[in-house]
Amino acid sequence: MARMKFICDAERCIECNGCVTACKNEHEVPWGVNRRRVVTLNDGVPGEKSISVACMHCSDAPCMAVCPVNCFYKTDEGVVLHDKDVCIGCGYCSYACPFGAPQFPSQGTFGVRGKMDKCTFCAGGPEANGSQAEFEKYGRNRLAEGKLPACAEMCSTKALLAGDGDVVADIFRNRVLKRDKGAEVWGWGTAYGSSKPGQAPAKQGGKS
Amino acid sequence: MNKTLLTMACVAILGLSACMETSQTMGTKSDAAPFTGTGAAPAAFVNGGWKAGDKTSWEQALRTRAQEGQNDYARTN
Repeated sequence: MARMKFICDAERCIECNGCVTACKNEHEVPWGVNRRRVVTLNDGVPGEKSISVACMHCSDAPCMAVCPVNCFYKTDEGVVLHDKDVCIGCGYCSYACPFGAPQFPSQGTFGVRGKMDKCTFCAGGPEANGSQAEFEKYGRNRLAEGKLPACAEMCSTKALLAGDGDVVADIFRNRVLKRDKGAEVWGWGTAYGSSKPGQAPAKQGGKS
Repeated sequence: MNKTLLTMACVAILGLSACMETSQTMGTKSDAAPFTGTGAAPAAFVNGGWKAGDKTSWEQALRTRAQEGQNDYARTN
């Protein structure tokens, strides 16, 4: 199996926020923490585009590189996860992440920043798969249930694709060939090192 | 004499063991691979068509789910 990846098809996203709602509901994410959000580019301008953004589980994740306590780890499926028992809530990952994925609950004493929370690709955390401890810290482990992330599975227009990188890239490629437009995948180059699968990374300053 | 020494040694070892520090090694705990299944989760929540512990069947189940659930061209055309 190739590694797990997200693709958001900007031609299809209708900014319904179904993915955001699905994520919040599936993992019972606390108030103020948004593991996924929908971002609109050129809002109000004809031809505006919306994309659903969360942790992209980067190939060379900058959050992992900057973490001073080494709380991140990557699974064999390429999913970037973290250990909340190790996280000290310093926020370095938040500054490093190009997608603004790391979130910090602020219900701690004196408004102190809590442990980092982010999209887990519905793969839970280091606790036992499907355990109550895992659910309370990281949410449901859908991958261990043989399912794909809730956000993508709930997407009404199938704009958000999640799963095996080869499979989702193939689905997207097929769409582009059929409609003959909208080949740009926002964030793909930044997260996975190339604007298109199997090609060289995009030049600096260009669209990713 | 030997018995006394042995007893004293045992007492010393037991006594000193209380002075040992717990491990302070940093790093993440090991995480079980998703294809091993949830075990604890109710069967109603688990997607069928694959066997827990069998990586190949799990991968195939996810591929099938991705195609059937996300590739609408495969369903409509």
